[in-house]
Amino acid sequence: MAPLVSIEGLSVAFGGVPVLRGVDLALGKGEALGLVGESGSGKSVTWLAALGLLPRHAKVAGSVRLDGCELLGAPAAELDRIRGGRVAMIFQDPASALNPVLTIRKQLCEALALHRDLSGEAVKAEARRLLDIVGIPDAARRLSAYPHEFSGGQVQRIMIAMALAGNPDVLIADEPTTALDATIQAQILELLSTIRREMGMAMVLISHDLGVVAENCDRVAVMYAGRIVEQAPSNQLFADPVHPYAQGLIGALPPLDGPRRRLTAIPGTVPDPAHMPDGCAFAPRCVLAAEPCGLAAPTLAPIANDRAVACIRAEASRRALLGIAAE
Amino acid sequence: MGRYFAIRIGRAALTIVLVVTFAFVVLRLSGDPALMILGPEAPPEVIAAFRKAWGLDDPIWFQYLDYFHAIAKGELGRSMRDGRPAIQLVLERIPATLALTLPAFVFKVALGVPAGIYAALHRGSGIDRVVMMTAVAGFTVPSFVLALILVLVFAVQLGWLPSGGQDSWRHAILPIATLSLGGAAVLARFTRSAMLEVLGQPYIRTASAKGVPWRKVVTSHALPNAAIPTVTILGFMVGTLIAGAVVVESVFSWPGVGRLLVVAVANRDLAVVQCILLLVALTMVTSNLIVDFLYGFLDPRLRAKGAHA
Repeated sequence: MAPLVSIEGLSVAFGGVPVLRGVDLALGKGEALGLVGESGSGKSVTWLAALGLLPRHAKVAGSVRLDGCELLGAPAAELDRIRGGRVAMIFQDPASALNPVLTIRKQLCEALALHRDLSGEAVKAEARRLLDIVGIPDAARRLSAYPHEFSGGQVQRIMIAMALAGNPDVLIADEPTTALDATIQAQILELLSTIRREMGMAMVLISHDLGVVAENCDRVAVMYAGRIVEQAPSNQLFADPVHPYAQGLIGALPPLDGPRRRLTAIPGTVPDPAHMPDGCAFAPRCVLAAEPCGLAAPTLAPIANDRAVACIRAEASRRALLGIAAE
Repeated sequence: MGRYFAIRIGRAALTIVLVVTFAFVVLRLSGDPALMILGPEAPPEVIAAFRKAWGLDDPIWFQYLDYFHAIAKGELGRSMRDGRPAIQLVLERIPATLALTLPAFVFKVALGVPAGIYAALHRGSGIDRVVMMTAVAGFTVPSFVLALILVLVFAVQLGWLPSGGQDSWRHAILPIATLSLGGAAVLARFTRSAMLEVLGQPYIRTASAKGVPWRKVVTSHALPNAAIPTVTILGFMVGTLIAGAVVVESVFSWPGVGRLLVVAVANRDLAVVQCILLLVALTMVTSNLIVDFLYGFLDPRLRAKGAHA
């Protein structure tokens, strides 16, 4: 089956400094894909670039297709139809993501008017229905309130309602719960997965929280320094990570059950995007790095059905992991 | 909402009281008006009579209370120079000043705001740089220098326009141009930075992400937010309509309130100076009050704060 969204060789540079260095990613219909990696690895930039939401001085190259239609360089009117219509996006900091001087009704109805053939009373009724779906009580009255009159969790619910306004095929959730406290986080994630199931919508969950991704996604892509280094179904990635960076991330998580073990930390820091090492960007921090790692950047290569990794030491890495597990 | 306005009206009244007090104290402390008006050679009995007539012999706090009392009754004293009511002297000059400052205000807004918005939307472009360079030049050059440059070019060199006086509409062109250029520069810079600030906000990206066309993102999402800081500077400019042209009126010998102020200060004509100061304070405070009301109208967050505070 052809993917709904396919990203090929997507690269982005800000003022000559590359931040995305060739991202290949596919998203199937109704699929929940997790995108993990630390801050600055390019998780958000990938999707902002795909939807043409980066500032004008960003240099974007590569290809992003939605149902076979190229999005990069598409005319503005076409992108406006797709954004919020077929692909919706919600952001990290809900408090500043809504316009402070416009009522919720205005912001919600704006999205409805743009993407749905509704008018007059029907728009308002639909707005009320959407607020009901996302669990804002007393929707009819709350529509005339301003964003500052809601709590962070409620604003994120409103953002979700706004994202649903266009009946999108894909929802990009960019760290949707990072700014919220733990109980609200769980509620928002629950809401997202319920909605996704009911509407048969695909979702990309961008997060640096591996736990969040493990629970909510079918498949996970791990990003490091502007590239995807490993892609696998969630359960396989967490049970058996192959890329040394993915191993490092998972090794840094405390296990809930089983014997206590020492948590491992990844030595060193993320390289400065302006001074990327030749070859594999992770090599300077990698315990398994060998001479060829510094020569050429490894490409994402399939290692099993539905799995791919960008590491020339993948085999050694896998053995090393099994060795640790056997100890 | 009512509380929001009540607090601000109270503050405005307090400001006016403070301004009146300040003006009173500073002027009484700055020299003996009897000696200034009559000269040091005047006979002592004449000076004594003058002092008695103007109440200058009373204790200063008495003069102060007296002054407030008079103001409450709408009496702002008489000019020590020609004995006419000070308020009348000042009011006579207001139309002349407004003939300069009102058109200048319109030009400032019409030039400065669109230039600032355009520069912000095309940040880093050649036009942005030209607008900003002009703006920096416009507000770093003092108005008397700009006035003199304009006189030099358009009156002396080209001979197109008169260099001073108030005989025809042509006499108003250079003073209005001087006032407009400086103000437009300030407004352009201010609007640009307000707009840039807003355009960088996450809710602008949200609007784009939900498919709002860029033009509409600018008009219905960015501008209403950028209007909030811009209104502040506009309010300040409205406040200077009455006495913001002191320098320009002097350079172009334009018989407005500003010139009257300069002359009255030089002559220690207390009643006139105080009358003008009070008028300036009143316009400033009123325009600030209007700005506060506009804030409440433009920004729902402030409205809520005032209501709950």
